[in-house]
Amino acid sequence: MSQLLMEKESHENAPGGMGAIAADWSADQEVFRHTHWGKAMMWIFLLSDTFIFSCFLTSYMVMRASATLPWPNTAEVFALTIGGQSIPLILIAIMTFVLISSSGTMAMAVNFGYRRDRRKTAALMFVTALFGAMFVGMQAFEWTKLIVEEGVRPWGNPMGAPQFGASFFMITGFHGLHVTCGVILLLVVASKVLRGHYDAAGDYSAVEIAGLYWHFVDLVWVFIFAFFYLW
Amino acid sequence: MHDPISAQQEASGHGSGQQHPIGLYLKVWGYLFVLSTLSYLVDYFHVQGILRWTLIVVFMLLKAGLIVSIFMHMAWERLSLIYAILVPPLVLLVLIRIMLIESDYTYWTRAIFLGGGG
Repeated sequence: MSQLLMEKESHENAPGGMGAIAADWSADQEVFRHTHWGKAMMWIFLLSDTFIFSCFLTSYMVMRASATLPWPNTAEVFALTIGGQSIPLILIAIMTFVLISSSGTMAMAVNFGYRRDRRKTAALMFVTALFGAMFVGMQAFEWTKLIVEEGVRPWGNPMGAPQFGASFFMITGFHGLHVTCGVILLLVVASKVLRGHYDAAGDYSAVEIAGLYWHFVDLVWVFIFAFFYLW
Repeated sequence: MHDPISAQQEASGHGSGQQHPIGLYLKVWGYLFVLSTLSYLVDYFHVQGILRWTLIVVFMLLKAGLIVSIFMHMAWERLSLIYAILVPPLVLLVLIRIMLIESDYTYWTRAIFLGGGG
């Protein structure tokens, strides 16, 4: 206990700016001792995930830049006909808004988690999971439409550069997998919140850690939306 | 006296320090909606060329910044954690640069020696 108090004190007196970094890294103990271990680990996992998605997006860039056939026009490929009118990219736009909304509800869930508000936290997390499931559902619809109606395959498609299919299925598939895992994680954590598991342990960090993962999934979609769909 | 975990949380600035008003999140949510709409409109109004790419990247970076700093609470973390997470991805710029040169080479190889196929 006294050690914790000392740590708290040293944290309060800790220097700011570059001095803080030097102090943390040269302290001859854990650098992230002021951070919950689970949170630090989640951040490091997300960092590694950043590299995986960056590799996908970079390889997409290479394929697109080296393709000699014209790249399919995503605005047309992902257009939907609503009320007899073809609206470009509309499904993708809706998916983007759904994912952003889920991020918003998740941020509020984390906030209510800090306040130890069991019911609101769980409710908002269930809403987040629902948005996530909606997103995956729309993605399944998009894949079906592309495979069945447009005839896109990983090795070719009728619209142009054959590399399009491979990039699309790889990138959105891996992202969809992340969303699916996130929905499962959210449901598990939310049901634990509802059962009062974290009140008993006195530690709501699991909500914040699940939130970090969920925001990351949204973050990746921001980049996919910009580079794959809009570019 | 608190239990060790909540004391640890307080030490990390997570007890009372992280209680931001809900309005902050609603505001950021609104910004993200506006930025997404704007980037969608870039495509909708067929903005082309360098302006299109600039706008897409600017809106993308603004959105990413809002998500990381506010939603993921990066703005309130210690600098050690911020730099440990945000600096390593910068090396990706080197990878992108190298691969861009490589793809240019592949493109011209295909165009010149493979008759535009491959």
